Amino acid sequence: MSAAGASGNVIRKYLPVYFILLAIFVVEVFLSFQHFATGMLVVILLLLAVCSATLGLMYFMHLADERRGLFLTLIPVTIFVLLMMNMFWSDSVRLLHMRPGAQ
Amino acid sequence: MSESEMAVHGHGALLEESPYAIPSRKLTMWLFIISDAVTFGAFLFAYGYIRVSAANWVRPFETGSVVNVILMTVVLITSSLTMLGAADASKDGDKAKAMRFLYSTMALGAVFAALHLREWFELFGRHITLSSGLFGQTFFTITGLHLLHVISGVIAMAVIGAKYSSGRLTPGHVESMGLYWHFVDLVWMFVVPLVYLTNFAH
Repeated sequence: MSAAGASGNVIRKYLPVYFILLAIFVVEVFLSFQHFATGMLVVILLLLAVCSATLGLMYFMHLADERRGLFLTLIPVTIFVLLMMNMFWSDSVRLLHMRPGAQ
Repeated sequence: MSESEMAVHGHGALLEESPYAIPSRKLTMWLFIISDAVTFGAFLFAYGYIRVSAANWVRPFETGSVVNVILMTVVLITSSLTMLGAADASKDGDKAKAMRFLYSTMALGAVFAALHLREWFELFGRHITLSSGLFGQTFFTITGLHLLHVISGVIAMAVIGAKYSSGRLTPGHVESMGLYWHFVDLVWMFVVPLVYLTNFAH
């Protein structure tokens, strides 16, 4: 197989991922115009964004083709750090109601 | 290891095999990406925190902005596809094709930046700036940091492309550049829903 042909195959190989990413984005735009409460919409959109990011990481960035050790070293720790940032949400709601120290 | 053993086996015996079976350049790029992901994560959480705690949040985006964001997203995701082509063509040793894909990616990156700046100037026209309140501060900080990554990526791609085509850099460098570019794409997938699309929530 020629080099040019092999490169063309890579584009064809990842076209389904490309179209799935575009489809997820279209769904996000559609949902944002539906009558969801802000909190619910944020949760749904974030879940869809996580799906997109997973596809990008695994296929565009080829993490699925690397040794599992690389995935286990990088990803769980990152998710842990990002999840730890969530502890501030309850405080932001307290600020909204201007109730310092409220339970 | 004793000196006699070293004399027999050489210094190479001291080096363990990489547990990840990837070049150090690529591992370094992954570590940079993880640290950058946490940075963006912190910015996006800060944005969410401020937005939830602000009683009157500005919602400046209208239908025109959504069309602009859709265009920007399609352009950026397409640039990831062309970057894949560039990395793969360079791996196959097809320099001409790799450069064509790199030029396409750079052009798409430049289009993305232009669309982004057009949106910024439209907001400036409506007196929404970095100093006009919480929305302006958070919006321009997050999108500005992302735009900085895009512009840096286009410049880095131009430098790496030029050095790769002249034989001073290897396909591995193009691949590492690709990792960075895909990461910029991934970050945008979180910026759009959180910063733009929640603008339309009821």
